[in-house]
Amino acid sequence: MKKIAMIGVALCATLSFLLAQTPKKPAGSQSSVTRGKKVYEQYCLTCHQVDGSGVPHLNPPLIKTSFVLGDKGKLIQVILKGMQASEPIDDEYYSNNMPPHNFLKDQEIADVLTYVRRNFGNKASAVTTADVKTARAKN
Amino acid sequence: MKTNVVLLGCLSLLSASCLADNGDSSAIHRSAGADQANAGLKLPAGFKAQVVAENLGAARHIAVTPLGDIYVKIQSSKPGKAIAVLHPTGSGKPDAVKTFGTYRGTGMVIKDHYLYTSSDEDVYRYQLNDKFEVMHPDQPEKIVTGLINRHQHESKSIALDNAGNIYVNIGAYSNSCQQQDRAKGSKGIPGCPILDSAAGIWQFKADKLNQTYGDGVRYATGLRNVVGLDWNTAQNQLFVMQHGRDGLFDMFPEYYDLQQGNELPAECMYALKKGDNAGWPYIYYDGIQHKKMLSPEYGGDGKKTGGADAIDPVVAFPAHMAPNGLLFYTGNQFPERYKNGAFIAFHGSWNRQKGQKGYYVVFVPFKDGKPSGNWEVFADNFTGVENIQSPGQAQHRPCGLAQGPDGALYVTDDVKGTVYKISYSGK
Repeated sequence: MKKIAMIGVALCATLSFLLAQTPKKPAGSQSSVTRGKKVYEQYCLTCHQVDGSGVPHLNPPLIKTSFVLGDKGKLIQVILKGMQASEPIDDEYYSNNMPPHNFLKDQEIADVLTYVRRNFGNKASAVTTADVKTARAKN
Repeated sequence: MKTNVVLLGCLSLLSASCLADNGDSSAIHRSAGADQANAGLKLPAGFKAQVVAENLGAARHIAVTPLGDIYVKIQSSKPGKAIAVLHPTGSGKPDAVKTFGTYRGTGMVIKDHYLYTSSDEDVYRYQLNDKFEVMHPDQPEKIVTGLINRHQHESKSIALDNAGNIYVNIGAYSNSCQQQDRAKGSKGIPGCPILDSAAGIWQFKADKLNQTYGDGVRYATGLRNVVGLDWNTAQNQLFVMQHGRDGLFDMFPEYYDLQQGNELPAECMYALKKGDNAGWPYIYYDGIQHKKMLSPEYGGDGKKTGGADAIDPVVAFPAHMAPNGLLFYTGNQFPERYKNGAFIAFHGSWNRQKGQKGYYVVFVPFKDGKPSGNWEVFADNFTGVENIQSPGQAQHRPCGLAQGPDGALYVTDDVKGTVYKISYSGK
């Protein structure tokens, strides 16, 4: 009986291990995603929502939009400078202005954008602090 | 036995991990008790709901003619899709939907022999024939033009009195008149300049062409954004529903916790007289303390009161629920207690955290022009989901209200473009 229980535990551990390994994410960015989730919850969630779906006609979704999946430099500038309601996103207009979030640290911006680009069904490359530094230097 | 327990434990671990992977609190739970007999809505006993039309697009405000034809303002800039016309047949459903006009917008009112509508910058009217049909769909008269539209709070909702005037909401293109809109800790602009051309109700003549700011009167000010408004004929007075400000917790966490951010400020109903000031952006109304509070952008700290010259609301509702439709019921079909009372369509919140609120039509009983009881939920279950976390999950969101010639209540939904007809039979 004890033996069977041991096998059960081993099986369980193996399964959990396998589960934790999928889906495979590049090494190093996992901790960035974890930190980015915290930044998202503090500064982004109210407007862009818990599931990244935004608010219809008011706040844009973060799910597979050209801004989120596209050029990293352009996306970082949205965080640094904010975005005016007069600017369309994939041909849709959203009524609310986004304020600048230039008070966030380079690491926080890299983390939150990596989180957004890897979450909500998005699959795009990580954003690094070097990317953020480059974008900041352009302003 | 032990094996089973271990395996069971393993399975539950498995399923827990799977659930966690799918994104925790955003999971949608289908409402189990939806009553399809009432178009999925939950209503008081004796009321029935029917779907008159579906898939109209973003159906905003609505008006019903004395002969029962239905006009719906669609928020779309697609050519020829601004207004939908429904002519219900014997079944209560229209045989076909006709559309005309090319402009976004929300406003839609029938007064005498005219249909009044609004884009996000202008107000139009169309003459109706003796069957209350629009005579020249391609030739509206532009009665007001050039109203400010900076995307935020852009709806120019309208109401008419019985003295030839039309009242137009011009919403503030800002949350709280900060130097930097919605930025954390940003101060309010002294002597908020937005109030000159927006954040109020303007009065114009209903029959004069091409009026703009100089021709109108700023009838009431200090109203952040009004989408639902109605002329109360029993009181001969304009009543409005204000969309209260956002972001007390997000922008000023030093003064407000998450719970306070969720519950403040109240969504307010105001009864307006010419010259009234409701206090935006300098104050907001705290519906829990029943006090006008100084805004944190203007020196407030969650404790200081303000707005000595600002009017008090007639009714204070929970925060952030977005009242988009207001209708004073004058029909004879519903039971006596509904007569002259107010129906309000709440579009539903987005900027609460850990659960949204609203997404229903409420009723407030009135007697002698004042509320005679607490507000109550009248029609619920528009979202089709329980514990809604995000507005994107809502299958329907109530927006506009109208009363039919038989006394039925019509409600629009701007997610799927549904028009509901709610009737009372007593059964």
